Amino acid sequence: MPEKISNKSENKIIITVSGVDQIGIVAKVANVLADYRVNIEDIKQSLMQDYFVMFLLGDISQAEKSFKEIKEAIQKAGEELGMEIWVQKKQIFDRMHNV
Amino acid sequence: MSYINADYILETIDMIRVHHLDIRTVTLALSLRDCCDSDVRIVGEKIYNKITKYAQNLVSLAQEIEEEYSIPIINKRISVTPISLIGESCKDYDYVYLAKILDKAACDVGVNFIGGFGALVEKGCTRGDNALIESIPEALAQTERICSSVNVASSKAGINMDAVLKMGKIIKEAAKLTSDKDGIGAAKLVCFCNVPGDNPFMAGAFHGYGEPECALNVGVSGPGVVRAAIEALPANSDFGDVAGKIKQIAYKITSTGELVGREMAQRMDIPFGIIDLSLAPTPEIGDSVAGIFQAMGLEHAGAHGTTAALAMLNDAVKKGGIMASSHVGGLSGAFIPVSEDAGMIEAAEKGCLTFDKLEAMTSVCSVGLDMIAIPGDTPSDTISGIIADEMAIGMINKKTTAVRIIPAPGKKAGDKVVFGGLLGEAPVMNVSALSSSAFVQRGGRIPAPIHSLNN
Repeated sequence: MPEKISNKSENKIIITVSGVDQIGIVAKVANVLADYRVNIEDIKQSLMQDYFVMFLLGDISQAEKSFKEIKEAIQKAGEELGMEIWVQKKQIFDRMHNV
Repeated sequence: MSYINADYILETIDMIRVHHLDIRTVTLALSLRDCCDSDVRIVGEKIYNKITKYAQNLVSLAQEIEEEYSIPIINKRISVTPISLIGESCKDYDYVYLAKILDKAACDVGVNFIGGFGALVEKGCTRGDNALIESIPEALAQTERICSSVNVASSKAGINMDAVLKMGKIIKEAAKLTSDKDGIGAAKLVCFCNVPGDNPFMAGAFHGYGEPECALNVGVSGPGVVRAAIEALPANSDFGDVAGKIKQIAYKITSTGELVGREMAQRMDIPFGIIDLSLAPTPEIGDSVAGIFQAMGLEHAGAHGTTAALAMLNDAVKKGGIMASSHVGGLSGAFIPVSEDAGMIEAAEKGCLTFDKLEAMTSVCSVGLDMIAIPGDTPSDTISGIIADEMAIGMINKKTTAVRIIPAPGKKAGDKVVFGGLLGEAPVMNVSALSSSAFVQRGGRIPAPIHSLNN
């Protein structure tokens, strides 16, 4: 049985990937997340001309490493892909855009 | 159920990356009232130990939160009880020594400024207050991170003109003792009317009398975000639409500050104090309050209409921000520091923005005459006259006003001063050559105003 996934908002992260489209972006980011035991809850992506933008909602409640280590690993993957990657706790979006 | 809202995410990232949205400061406000002793060395020891104990994780926790939300927290700072009160307990006063201790404590915990080297003297000075005020120039010259503020007036007490007279001399001396750095000492010294005791912004931050043992106060910023939002409105939008948009943005900025403040306070295990929802500019291009005036349709800051634009901006920021937090405090509004705002610097250099226009603007901005360089040979009595005028605006209008001006040693109108960093650079502005001496030297107090018959 998988461990129960926490629904606490502080465990939710949003990963935003943007840059020139290429093969293997989703795979590479997803691989890092699997290695760090980050559960993917939702993915949205769009392609405008050759510009790729992906948003990924993850849950870090089962992760053993710290947020900082996870973020560094994802950003390293971004550098290797030549893509810009932002990794943020989801709370900032919830707080900023909801009354 | 969690979901992804791409528009919200992109808007937030744009606000941070393109328009300089940031948390301007997280300020640990700390009471030092239990550090009193008759021996100044013991006072120093108690102060150092208390600050380094409470603030030991301030910087690392702020960096941790910065990482998690990817929002820059520009400054980590400390504000303390007015030191005049603490140093007064000593048999032999030595305020410069206490300033050095504060400076060392700030340095050792990694904060760039510590505020509270000041006194509240709107009605009169105690012996300790006088000793502290006398020590300010020396204290600022011998330290790096100390900020000093003196409240010389209030709507309830009137204006302490003896203190105003003295502060004219102190400001001049503070600039003179730091003449090798364009008089930077005066850039860390501010006179107030109706000073708030929970302001997290320097140079006026201190921990007021009615405050708890400690608290975490937050100052947010984001003039660039407001400018971009106004520019994105249709060109024919009326003032109702503009004010509405400013309120929306202020809400978003303040909500973010509230989140960061509460997280910081929780992790430091201290109470969350207030959020100061100010639009504080920086010298960075695009991070300018003057830029907001241009987005509203004025050719430059200083044009006729600037005071009205600022009044609307200041009010809309408060209205929008107040919804986002239960505890709004500090100076909350729009700052108009000249040297710290690229648009204001440009306007001043081109001669569009004069000292007199700035004074008019202070009647509706959140603070006052801020970071204005004036000729080094300006008589101290003229500086006292400037302070008296500004205090009168605050006293009558029941608002906070302040004066932070730098009589730049050896500089004349049109020259330039450079402080670097957030303090920026500014052209030296002309002030009136007429004498204020006989007026400011009368001494005593300007009585508190009547609080009815508001005409």
